[in-house]
Amino acid sequence: MSIMKGRAHTFGDNLNTDYVISGKYKFKTLDMKELSKHVMEDIRPGFYDEIEEGDFVVAGENLGAGSSREQAPLVLKAAGIGAVVAKSFARIFYRNCINVGLPVVEVDTSQIEEGDVLEIDIAQGVVVNVTKNVTLQASPLPPVMMKILSDGGLAEHLKRHNGFALDESD
Amino acid sequence: MGTISEKILSAHAGKEVRAGDICIVPVDFMMSQDGTTGLTIKAFKQMAAKSIANPKKYAIVIDHNSPSPMESVSNIHKEMRDFASDQGSILYDVGEGVCHQLLPEKGHVLPGNVVIGGDSHTCTYGALNVFATGVGSTDLAAALVTGKIWFRVPSTIKFVYDGTLPEGTYSKDVILHMCKTLTSRGATYKALEIYGTVIDAMSVDARMTISNMVVEVGAKVGLMPCDSRVREYVRQRTNAPFKGVEASGSAIYERVIREDLSDLPPQVAKPHEVDNVVDVSKVAGTELDQVYIGTCTNGRLEDLKIASEILAGKKVARGVRLIVAPASRNVLLDAMREGYIDRLVRAGATVIAPSCGPCVGTCNGVPSDAETVLSTANRNFKGRMGNTKAEIYLSSPATAAYSAMLGHIADVREVQK
Ligand code: SF4
Repeated sequence: MSIMKGRAHTFGDNLNTDYVISGKYKFKTLDMKELSKHVMEDIRPGFYDEIEEGDFVVAGENLGAGSSREQAPLVLKAAGIGAVVAKSFARIFYRNCINVGLPVVEVDTSQIEEGDVLEIDIAQGVVVNVTKNVTLQASPLPPVMMKILSDGGLAEHLKRHNGFALDESD
Repeated sequence: MGTISEKILSAHAGKEVRAGDICIVPVDFMMSQDGTTGLTIKAFKQMAAKSIANPKKYAIVIDHNSPSPMESVSNIHKEMRDFASDQGSILYDVGEGVCHQLLPEKGHVLPGNVVIGGDSHTCTYGALNVFATGVGSTDLAAALVTGKIWFRVPSTIKFVYDGTLPEGTYSKDVILHMCKTLTSRGATYKALEIYGTVIDAMSVDARMTISNMVVEVGAKVGLMPCDSRVREYVRQRTNAPFKGVEASGSAIYERVIREDLSDLPPQVAKPHEVDNVVDVSKVAGTELDQVYIGTCTNGRLEDLKIASEILAGKKVARGVRLIVAPASRNVLLDAMREGYIDRLVRAGATVIAPSCGPCVGTCNGVPSDAETVLSTANRNFKGRMGNTKAEIYLSSPATAAYSAMLGHIADVREVQK
C-alpha cells in the first residue's frame, strides 16, 4: 500500500457510530454516497462539505463505540476519508473498517491538530505530521487484518482465495 | 483449561487456543436485522456467492423500524423477505419482536455455542453461556458464505458480584454500575465473565439485561455460567442437546473485580454517555416528557411485570407520555394473560408493536426539541432517539415506571417502603 497524504479533521474521545451516521438515516437508503452527506451531522454539521478526497478523521480514545452498523465506515469512505486515525478503537468498528477496506491507524493523536497535513504509511505503521514535522509510530496492524486490508477488504479477500486464507500461526 | 471464551473457541476451532491467538471457528447461529441486512445482502453479492452455507442457522429479523413507517423502509423489508425465502433461511417478520429476545426465546442459541449477529447487542446471549458477539455486515456475509468467522481470542476480566440486591435495585442497576466502574472503553477487546450470588439469584430474563449491555464498556462478550436456571430456560424451548462450558480453575484472568452489591442504590445514566452514571438521588426531580419501557435490554416479561405492579391502579403523570414495547409477541401474549398490559394501559401507557420502537430513533416516539426522556434502553447518545436536542436518561423499568407516575425522575425505593 502506498503512502497516503491528506489533512486531519480532529474529533474527541468516544466518537460513537451513532455520531458518524445517525441511526435514523440508515433506513433512508443503501446508497452510501447519498448517506455520506449526513456524516457526523449530529456533532459537526456541515462536515461533509469540509472533506477533500483523501483527508483523515483523527480522534481520541474509543473511536467507533456503539452500534455495529457498517454504514459508519462506509459513509466515511464514501465521503472521501482516506483513513481513520485514533488513540484507540472500539472493536466492531475497527474490524468493520478493515473489512470494507478503510485503513485504520492506532497512534497517539495528541500532537495532531485540525488541518495538519499527515502522511501515513500503513504497512510501516508510520504517521508523519508534515505540518508539525513530527513522526509518530503507530501500533502495528495485526497480520490477519493487514492481509484482509491489502486484499482490498474481506469480500475481495474471500473471492481471491476462495475462502479464508489467514495464516493462523500469526 | 482456560476461560469460558478460550474453552468455547478451542472446542470450535478443533485446537487449543489462548487469549491473543487467532482462530477460525464454525458459527452455530447468525442473525441480522432491518438496519443491517441490506448491507449484508450487498456484501453477500459482492462475494459472488449464490447460497448460504447453513440457511437454517440464519434468522433475519424485522424489528428496528417495524411496522414500516415509510416507503424506503418498506422496500428494505421487502428485500429481506425475498432474501429469506430465496435462501430458505428463518424470517421473523413485523410483530414477532426484537432480535435479541427472539433468538433465546425461540431456542436458537445454546450454551457453549458461537453466535454472531449483525447488531452490537448480540452479546445478550452471554447470559446463556453463549460466546455471542456483534459483527458488521461484511463479517456476517462472510460467515453466511463460509459458515465460519475468524476471531482473536479475547482475554477476560472476571466479575464477582457478592451479596443480595436491595429492594428497588435490579439487574439494570448492576450493569449501569458496571458501566460506571469500567467506563465506556474499560473492556475494549475483552471478554467478561460475570458471577456471584447476585447473578445466581437472578432470572435468565434479568441476566440478559446485564449481558446485553457489556458492549457499552467495549466488551466482546459477557459470559455467565450455565446453571440450573439457564438449563431450564433452554430445555423449555428446544430439544437440541447442549453442554454448558465452565472456566477451569487454572484459567488466567486479566483482572478479577469482586464487589458486594448489597447497598447498591438504583442507578441512572445521564445524557449523553452510558457511563455517565449516578445514584438516582443525584437526578431525582428531573422533569420528564416521555418514558420508554422496552427494548432488548428491558422489554421482557419480568420487566413489564415490575412496571405494571408499580403502576397498578395509578396514573401516568399529566403531560408525560409512557410508551411500552414488549420485546416479543410471546412476551406481549404472556403479559396480556397475566394482566400486566391491562394495568399499564389503564395507567395511561401507549403499547406499541413488539419491536425496537423509538430506541434507535426510527419511529413510534421520537422526542421533540429540548424534551427529556427516561428510557430502559441501553444507549443515551445524543440523537439516539432521533432528535439531537433531546436529553436521554437510562434506568431500570422500576425506576422508569415510578418516575412516569410522578412526572420526574424518582427513587423507586420510596414506593417499596
Ligand atoms: S431495542 Fe434498541 S438496542 Fe436493542 S436491538 Fe433494537 S435498536 Fe438495538
